Amino acid sequence: MKIAVNADKCQGHARCYALSPELFNVDDYGQSSVNGDGTVPPDLENKAQLAIANCPENAITITTD
Amino acid sequence: MERAEPVADWATDFDVMDPAYVADPFPIWDDLRVSCPVAHTDRRNGAWLLTTYADVTDAAHDIATFSSRKIGVIPPGNDEGPGLALPYGLPPISADPPLHTWTRRLLLPWFSNRRVASLEPMTSQLCNQLIDGFIGTGHADAAADYAQQIPVRVIANTLGVPDTLADTFTGWVRDVLEFADDPERRSRGRHGIVNYLLEEIERRKADPQDDLISTLVHTRHDDEPLDDGMVLGIASLVLIAGIDTTWSAIGSTLWHLATHPEHSEQLVAEPALLPTAVEEFLRAYSPVTMARVVTADTEFHGCPMRAGDKVLMNFPAANRDPEMFERADEVVLDRAINRHVAFGAGIHRCAGSNLARMELTIAVQTWLNRIPSFQLADDQDVTWAGGQVRGPRSIPVTF
Repeated sequence: MKIAVNADKCQGHARCYALSPELFNVDDYGQSSVNGDGTVPPDLENKAQLAIANCPENAITITTD
Repeated sequence: MERAEPVADWATDFDVMDPAYVADPFPIWDDLRVSCPVAHTDRRNGAWLLTTYADVTDAAHDIATFSSRKIGVIPPGNDEGPGLALPYGLPPISADPPLHTWTRRLLLPWFSNRRVASLEPMTSQLCNQLIDGFIGTGHADAAADYAQQIPVRVIANTLGVPDTLADTFTGWVRDVLEFADDPERRSRGRHGIVNYLLEEIERRKADPQDDLISTLVHTRHDDEPLDDGMVLGIASLVLIAGIDTTWSAIGSTLWHLATHPEHSEQLVAEPALLPTAVEEFLRAYSPVTMARVVTADTEFHGCPMRAGDKVLMNFPAANRDPEMFERADEVVLDRAINRHVAFGAGIHRCAGSNLARMELTIAVQTWLNRIPSFQLADDQDVTWAGGQVRGPRSIPVTF
């Protein structure tokens, strides 16, 4: 599984970072990004799904299943 | 002060300051979502009221149609727009791009995850000190003695103004937001904030400190320093937006726990549940409604809106929409999927949301550590404020 944050949609709610700092980072302006190339280790797939489902801007997508 | 007639029909004549609405708006929203999801009133210069999650988030993202130049729920006051005292309004909240964009970037680093984390120890200490003051008595006002005392002191630290003036700041902000209906109080609060901050701005020109006001005074935009009116607008916003809002969220949460002891017990037994529970409290008791102004005649979900019309972005009602949330009217502490918009959506997402979440989390955690079991005092009333910011103003509890 691989995920991405759409920078145009992200508004800095930081829900993804709170739910999974292993997968996301947030800069000082609130902009979220995926750590590394967005590859999700199998044991963190649940957390990735949670982050996707809680983003108020629908800014996180799965790019590769 | 406007003396309001009772509301006969919420779809065509709503009044957000109606005592029934302030005390218990939830059944009114439930009815409106089904019968008339975009309600209207001629009261208070007229306004539309959006009550579904889809409508509120659609409008929040359509910034071309729904401008933030007027954001006050109760006219006129802080939606008076440019004026002598606040020539640029309260940017970025009362601005559209491009003014919104660059003023917001000045603020965001002050409320970043990193900076907010550095404020946790002082917040925790403050919460403990407040509890020290009343824990021996077996009773307290969880709103006035606790919730109300926390955000004002944390935001004073960020702005760089003395927390010994906390009660004064709280008074001004209540005048501007909570008593916006009363022109005299509203004007008093507005002048208090403006005159005080102008003096602080002047002081930092000669003697900069490590605080937000100094940074604004000494920053440059397009190679020019900001003029005093711009610094004043941004600093005023931080003071106004950083007090009532978070205090209301803390108060509503403590009110909920006082009336749902099983939830207090659950959080005491499972402290790891707190971050999820905090999001649920934010959803179920979202304090803030914002307004927008329609920029051009449009039809919104069948309703003819005219340029200049006010639209109330009812984020609290959106967060209770059963189309979006299962068991929307229940507080589900372990609600894992919770795409709530308590902090708004789109480009105006609350710039202080990280700070508010931290304060709410620490305030609830500290309270439950020290006072795990508490209930409403049976001889005194809980009182609520509404309008722009909804939350309890008095929560007498015993423990």
